[in-house]
Amino acid sequence: MSVAQIGQSVRRTEDQRFVTGKGRYVDDIGRPGQAHAFFLRSPHAHARIRRIDLHEAQHAPGVVAVLTGDDLAADKIGGLICGWMIHSKDGSPMKAGPHPALAQGKVRYVGDHVAVVIAETLAEAKDAAEKIVVDYEVLPAAVDPAKTQAKGAAQVHDEAPNNTVFNWHLGDKAATDAAFAKASHVTTIDLVNNRLVANAMEPRAAVGDYDSGTDNFTLYTTSQNPHVARLVLSAFIGIAPENKLRVIAPDVGGGFGSKIFIYAEETVCVWAAKKVGRPVKWVAERTEEFLASAHGRDHVTKAELATDAAGKILGLRVHTKANLGAYLSTFSSSVPTYLYAPLLSGQYDIPAIYAEVDGVYTNTAPVDAYRGAGRPEATFVVERLMEVTARQIGMDPAAFRQRNFVRSFPHQTPVIMCYDIGDYNASLKKALELADYKGLGRRKRESARKGLLRGLGFSAYIEACGIAPSAAVGSLGAGVGLWESAEVRVNPVGTVEILTGSHAHGQGHETTFAQLVSARLGIPMEQVSIIHGDTDKVQMGMGTYGSRSGAVGMSAIVKALDKVEAKAKKVAAYCLEASESDIEFKDGRFTVKGTDKGLSFGEVALQAYVAHKFDGQELEPGLKEGAFYDPKNFTFPSGVHIAEVEIDPETGVTRVDRWTAVDDFGVLINPLIVEGQVHGGIAQGIGQAMMEGAVYDQSGQLVTASYMDYRMPRAEDFPLYQIATTSTPCPSNPLGIKGCGEAGAIASPPALINAITDALGHEDIAMPATPQAVWKAAQKTVHKLAAE
Amino acid sequence: MAMTMQGEVDLPASREVVWQKLNDPEVLKACIPGCQSLEKTSDTSFEAVAKVKVGPVSASFKGKVNLSDLDPPNGYRISGEGEGGVAGFAKGGANVRLSDNDDGGTRLAYDVEAQIGGKLAQLGGRLVNGVAKNLADKFFVSFAKATTEG
Repeated sequence: MSVAQIGQSVRRTEDQRFVTGKGRYVDDIGRPGQAHAFFLRSPHAHARIRRIDLHEAQHAPGVVAVLTGDDLAADKIGGLICGWMIHSKDGSPMKAGPHPALAQGKVRYVGDHVAVVIAETLAEAKDAAEKIVVDYEVLPAAVDPAKTQAKGAAQVHDEAPNNTVFNWHLGDKAATDAAFAKASHVTTIDLVNNRLVANAMEPRAAVGDYDSGTDNFTLYTTSQNPHVARLVLSAFIGIAPENKLRVIAPDVGGGFGSKIFIYAEETVCVWAAKKVGRPVKWVAERTEEFLASAHGRDHVTKAELATDAAGKILGLRVHTKANLGAYLSTFSSSVPTYLYAPLLSGQYDIPAIYAEVDGVYTNTAPVDAYRGAGRPEATFVVERLMEVTARQIGMDPAAFRQRNFVRSFPHQTPVIMCYDIGDYNASLKKALELADYKGLGRRKRESARKGLLRGLGFSAYIEACGIAPSAAVGSLGAGVGLWESAEVRVNPVGTVEILTGSHAHGQGHETTFAQLVSARLGIPMEQVSIIHGDTDKVQMGMGTYGSRSGAVGMSAIVKALDKVEAKAKKVAAYCLEASESDIEFKDGRFTVKGTDKGLSFGEVALQAYVAHKFDGQELEPGLKEGAFYDPKNFTFPSGVHIAEVEIDPETGVTRVDRWTAVDDFGVLINPLIVEGQVHGGIAQGIGQAMMEGAVYDQSGQLVTASYMDYRMPRAEDFPLYQIATTSTPCPSNPLGIKGCGEAGAIASPPALINAITDALGHEDIAMPATPQAVWKAAQKTVHKLAAE
Repeated sequence: MAMTMQGEVDLPASREVVWQKLNDPEVLKACIPGCQSLEKTSDTSFEAVAKVKVGPVSASFKGKVNLSDLDPPNGYRISGEGEGGVAGFAKGGANVRLSDNDDGGTRLAYDVEAQIGGKLAQLGGRLVNGVAKNLADKFFVSFAKATTEG
């Protein structure tokens, strides 16, 4: 391997170990004397626990301990927390009920944790769990987010009357109402953003370990942010002080948001390790992932767009009910508020926006961030409104978007965000060309001849990534700062270890980060190791989510590399007997300006450690620097996706025929990895739009709890994507990068529904547009066509 | 998860005989698939334990069974609820009506509605409905046999 360059499509170096079964995941970890945990979960959506009889289970073969919420309370272990304070529009703080890791008095969703059995083997733990007798007083359940606030609905928490956690708003209501009053056209739509299960390939898992000699805890866990896990487990839940608690997130097989959060099972494993004096391991079964890992989306929205006679947008108004589930998960309150409403301006110049969001409790699994987190929900609202409005006012949907694009930057929207840079029309123009928009009429006629309905849909999305400036999120209620850290350790022979607070769980950081360091220091990539996911190695970090690891994580590395270069120049100056200001660093060599005298990076590193050539009092030996990088602004990736579908009205089968994506991610470090991220995002978006949906029945039973009933996308569902990029380098970070991890999932659902509704000739279809739903909707189309 | 099931079976016995068998705990115990015990706690109630296997879930259900709307010898309502521990719970009931057939036999019509929850519901409707139908069929095959004996 040679020295890499920025912008080079380097193949992912970590994949060799992943595809040959050599990755080391939490389930691959076994500690001496380890016992196994099995959680007894509530079969009821809502019930009071009158009594739990543990006697028989405690005496079952192999049982080490059976623990309940009473044991947690006795040990003064705190409940799980939500780390983002939202205030209602009346100024009152959000109303949250307690969230114990094991139920105390009540269970609030199917899958809620009633007790944990710890036994020598998993089979023995499961058998013993059968012997626990729980006397439930079953209560009525509140399940539907649209109805949970109604009088007479079951109350999930006494602390939140009418199941309302917050009634939050953003924007200028009066200005927006005034805009609507003078509109020549108002488009009104009702939308459901369907509830999703994250379905990471690797289920959640944890091993808790306790060393009674040193009083140190170790938690191995499937986390996207091990330092945040340590902070919460230490400072809020009260497991142990931070210096006594090590959290390790080794190889992690996908997260999509669901592994950001600090859950009951992980908490119980690390607590129980001390309590029972044995390492405790738990690995979720797939059904437990469905039941008790945080779900995503689940919005019910009424949205309106006001336009004038010339097709210029005057205002946008939204009321959303966001289902938060039965408890507030770690960042749940931020998702339908500050990660949602500030994106409602889309790529458009909208003078007035008003959003009102009710965060509501229901007797369902907690809902939190899932790939895109709030931004897909906002994009779905905006891009459905754009398409429907264009159709209603008789404008071409591309022309209607062009008419309203933001064209000068920076652009302050009415909903917090200040877009720094972009060229939305450039992406649209390129997408129209690649998608052969002009040929659509011909392709529609060809489909019609075969008895098929063809449609095309746009999605011109914007997202806020690189989260986030700490001061900004702090002012909006976040309990943490969202900077990132990096440490560059140069070894005496010039190899480099990068310690990063970002965490890779599929993103390819080991490649991209090493590529950056290689290009910057002029050393081969294999001389660079990327170290992450261990709180004993990396001092502190905020982890990976919100497409932040490039824009924030790599910027921290750049900052640390700057310091390394500055120090190395000093060392080189001593060694070359030149003035520091005459030292140049290029292509891995330090040279004296205007001479052929020079030293390689490795030689300088060695000199830094042997310290023979300089006075150790004047210049410290060694070559190791750290940095914390706090972004100045969010980054604003944007782009245009165009979906084209062909529907068989006889069967409802919808084939995604063409997909064009033109994204502006600023500067690309590794275009191959970027393309992979876009592919995966589109796949998840198509999954949401056409297949996936977590469904609870009226009694609160999860009826889509396995792949029998929850349809995941497969390779055969996708066409070959046409993917291209445009680039307006991000001005707020040193690399000019914007982030690409979520774009596909944000852009694709509205593109697809816009295409399907174009084909159908009416708007009456909800996600997921399954063959059955499309078939039903197509009957209406067929009747309509017959009537014409 | 709600389930419903309706059906009719023709039994080769008189209505009186069928009615008597329907109220005989020994007969019910023999006919209910997986029934391990059925203890009478009053004239119209029983405590039951039944072992049921649905796909990968195998569980022992403990519960109460009640007879109501007794209308001898025309029918009754049998209802119950059981907890299966880790497997979840089931509750529901069936209206059972008896009528004479032309051949001297009896037609038994049943109309079941049930709620299941926990792991059983998570298996999905297709699997659970299939198993429920199968259990009902097994019951009536055994019950038809019982009506022709002793």
